[in-house]
Parts: sequence; C-alpha cells; structure tokens
Amino acid sequence: MYAALWRAIPGGLWGKLASVALLLVSALALLFFVVFPVVEPHLPWNDVTVNTPPVGSLPSILESQTPTPAASSAPTPTALPSN
Amino acid sequence: MTQVVDGYRGARRRPRPDARTVIGVVGEVLITLGVIVFLFLAYELWFTGLYTARAQSDLKSQLRSEWALPAPSTPSATELPGEQPTAPGSPAASPPALIDQPVPGDAIGLIRIPRLGANYAYAIVEGVSTDDLKKGPGHYPGTAMPGGVGNFVLSGHRTTYLAPFNGLGELQKGDAIVIETRDTWYTYRVTGDQTVLPTAVGVVLPVPNKPHAKPSQALITLTTCTPKYSASHRLIIYGSLESALPKSAGLPPALKGV
Repeated sequence: MYAALWRAIPGGLWGKLASVALLLVSALALLFFVVFPVVEPHLPWNDVTVNTPPVGSLPSILESQTPTPAASSAPTPTALPSN
Repeated sequence: MTQVVDGYRGARRRPRPDARTVIGVVGEVLITLGVIVFLFLAYELWFTGLYTARAQSDLKSQLRSEWALPAPSTPSATELPGEQPTAPGSPAASPPALIDQPVPGDAIGLIRIPRLGANYAYAIVEGVSTDDLKKGPGHYPGTAMPGGVGNFVLSGHRTTYLAPFNGLGELQKGDAIVIETRDTWYTYRVTGDQTVLPTAVGVVLPVPNKPHAKPSQALITLTTCTPKYSASHRLIIYGSLESALPKSAGLPPALKGV
C-alpha cells in the first residue's frame, strides 16, 4: 500500500519526500481537528458529572424538592448581552 | 477446471496479487490503525490541554477585567439565589437574580487548592455541559454560589483537558479549597470523600444525599471521574466553609506560606 503510494507520487527523491511530508501533515490535521473531536464525545472517560443535567437546569431530584426561584426557571440568560 | 482458471486469468489481465501482497496490505492497514490509536491517546492527554489552557487564559482575563470595574450596586452574590418569595415570571425578580445566576459559559471565580501546588488556580466556568467543562472546572447551575448556604458544586476533568481535578484523590481531611470571587476569599475545608456511581445525583443536593434536609451550612462538593481514565464511578470531595474574608484584607491564612 505505502510502496504503491510512494511509486505513484511524482518527482524525484526530494519531490517525493516533500509530497509525503505534506500528506502526513494533512492527515494529522484531519485527525486532530476533525476526526478526534468528533469521536471523543462518544467515549466514556470524559464523564465527570453525576447524571449531567441539561444546561441551565437542575437534576430532577433537585427541582422536585427545592423551591425553584423564579429567575432560574425563566429562560433569561441567552437573551442577555454576554460578557 | 483448467478452463475456469484460464478464463479467470484472462479476465483479470493483470497478474493476480499473491497472498503475500494481500497480507502486506492488511498489515500496513493494521499498523496504521495502531498509530492512529496512539495519536488519539496523545490528542486526549495533551492536545486537549492546549484548548483548555487557552480557554482558561481567556476566562481569567475576563475575570480580571470584570473585577477591575466598579462593584455592581447589589452586594456580592453570596446569598442563596431565590430567597425572596416571588411569583414565577414576576419581572421584579429578574434583575437581582441575573447577578446571582451567572451566564452559562462565563467565569464565576477562581479555585485554588494549596495541596495541589502553589500555582494551582483554575477559573471556574458556569455550567457543566461538555463544552463548558472543556474550558475548566464547571459550576452546576442552580446550586449555591461560593459562600452561599447550600452546596456549591463543581465538576472537572480528571485526565483530559488540562485535568484540573486530576489530584482530587490526594486531598486529605482538613485541606483547604479556596474560592476567589470579586471581593472575597472563601476558604472551605475538606470534610470527606466518597466514591459513588455516576447516577448518584444526591451528592449535588443542598445537603448532600439528604433530599429533604433544609440547608443551614455553606458546603462545597467537587466531582470528577474515578478511577482515572475510567468513567465507571465518580469521586466526590465534600467540604464546608471555614471563612469568608474580604480580599482587601490580604491573602487568607490557607494561602499564606504556600
């Protein structure tokens, strides 16, 4: 596979080496910036919360027993100018 | 029989790849996959930290510029949000509550744990979504704010994204956890730890694991995954507030001589 690829790349030795370096860098960039970030959330070892609640809400057990303040149930924060 | 073989060869035109070529290609593919797995490991353990480091410096400069501005008219957000009994949706309830309940994704303060090093300081981000936690330790929305009566709950990564909570296993009873807000140093002391299942949401209650208790103390709870590199359980660190000192009075005792 790699031998065939080497033969298929045009140019002399240095041209081939340059092309290979370019291909390697592109492959690495594709992996680090596209493939890995997509794969990562599906792997388990980054779960650190207990029963991660949806953003801006409490776990149901909390809501059932704490009198929820008016403000936290209002859909306010996104409407605010941030920063 | 021979005819079939001949026909096959004729149809192929090119020489049939022999078994060695096939095995060679399969081997190369497998080696490539192995290298990719190692690259992914490097990505998880180090490359994700670069993202967090940048997010942390953004959050810290956000805090610095916020703290440099004159104080907002309302006193610091140390009370339990929603103590005032207001009807839901009442517009009067909104302005103070917006100060009490920070915008998700914003920095709310700094956490320092002297046991984990003199330079251990992370900006705490509001929210515990996947994206929030990539930036640093996250505060569970709706739980108490620093110093507030109830439970101030933080979650953080143990092994990836700069691993802010990597050292939680080393904490011992009595260790200080210092939260720095705009005006105040809140010093909590570790009171215990527990390993629970990921479904144990009781640990974030105002009084941890006591669903119907009325909170009377200011507590802190830190959660992360355990054992390291696994998500089978959660490590929970409990603490309670020891002191809340104004920043104008200088460093709190827990940070002195660190």
